[in-house]
Amino acid sequence: MKNKYDVLVVGGGPAGAIAAKTAVEKGLSALIVEKRPAIGAPVRCAEGIGKEALQEFIEPDPRWISAEMTGAGIVAPDGFFMKLESGMAGNKVGYILDRKFFDRELVWKAAEAGADVAVKSRASAPILENGFVKGAKVEHAGKVHEIHAQVVIAADGVESKFSRWCGIDTTVPAREIMSSVQYVMTDIDIDPGATIFYLGNEVAPEGYLWVFPKGNRSANVGIGISGRKSGDGHRAKDYLDKFVKKTFPNGKTIEYVPGGVSVCRPLECTVADGLLITGDAARVVDPLTGGGIYNAMYTGKLAAQVAADCIGKGDVSKKALMKYDMEWRASKMGKSIERNYNIKEYLIKQPDTKLNEIIHSVSNLNLKEFSTLNLIKEIIKVNPKLMLELGALAASLR
Amino acid sequence: MLKVHRDICGYCGCCVSVCPTGSLELIDAYLHVEDTCTSCGVCAKVCPLGALEVVNEK
Repeated sequence: MKNKYDVLVVGGGPAGAIAAKTAVEKGLSALIVEKRPAIGAPVRCAEGIGKEALQEFIEPDPRWISAEMTGAGIVAPDGFFMKLESGMAGNKVGYILDRKFFDRELVWKAAEAGADVAVKSRASAPILENGFVKGAKVEHAGKVHEIHAQVVIAADGVESKFSRWCGIDTTVPAREIMSSVQYVMTDIDIDPGATIFYLGNEVAPEGYLWVFPKGNRSANVGIGISGRKSGDGHRAKDYLDKFVKKTFPNGKTIEYVPGGVSVCRPLECTVADGLLITGDAARVVDPLTGGGIYNAMYTGKLAAQVAADCIGKGDVSKKALMKYDMEWRASKMGKSIERNYNIKEYLIKQPDTKLNEIIHSVSNLNLKEFSTLNLIKEIIKVNPKLMLELGALAASLR
Repeated sequence: MLKVHRDICGYCGCCVSVCPTGSLELIDAYLHVEDTCTSCGVCAKVCPLGALEVVNEK
């Protein structure tokens, strides 16, 4: 660890790793600081990602893929099962990753490309000069190091603090945090090729419960409920325990994973003088699915590209860095977040009877392109009156 | 004041994201509470495990 870099990246998850790798590939020097003693652990993720989304960044490798998915299923509040298949039966549509190894691979690749990495090293305060972020104080083994940088990329996840220290309000409203718990379970009867989503106010109020296969008889079994529905006796863990007792009474839990997932709109602005904010820290999680791996990698890469460009031009002001903010908002990802936010807002207001009605309308769907957008389009096709209920939002779905 | 039940806490950071005063910080496997905490209790509500509790000061 030196005391000066072009780019300082706070956080060694997918956003930070891709940001650092991109920065060094652009000829910059970069350091990743990770507060945890190990990259990739503890996992705070259900680990699902679409096939194309993953391949945009890295070729799938069995060393960090737990399972390949060929379909999905949605279970209505009344138990009715909707099966979703890819247009080509048996085609891969997505993966369940092994994040411990996936995250390590991404950081490894960044390091191989030339980035420095410091673990158990926590950015504890920004270095500010005339309102510009110029690096960070980094604590490691009881010592504080001042690391100067031309820009800092905040990739410090859901529990992000760095941007707040720089004056940006990152507070997630209680109703828009998915209070979550997941058990990695084994010795359970599952469909090893399909992700299953359970909906309903009794099962997972304003959220969903998931079973994401990690092998023939193993899966991530987890739940996210709205923070406003959480409280003593009815927390995420209470709901999950109830489900597990009923559905997998003989399963064994080999990992216990609590977490929080933001499903709010992204931060109003994701840049400041000398600072770019990425991934979960920027609140760019998909508000409908809670998926954040792709969005983290996408914003991490774009942030580093814009940083390199601005450093090259000698201007890392907020105004110059705004290119990053504007570009991700206008991207397919940015538009998808806004659309899915509105769909989420519609869905959480629906009673179980309405969810039953919607899911009953389709028992088996063959999706040419396997995506949430396509699923919603197909559902609207058989429920034309949904178009009216969705109002202005419907236009964005055409 | 805010009490952290460390035997229940899974140090996931869910609480940190909702804290309106930025008084919580996850330092590796340790949840740190700053003295700027107003005991508003939003963290205790959203905690997936029930590890946080607002207790009345004597």
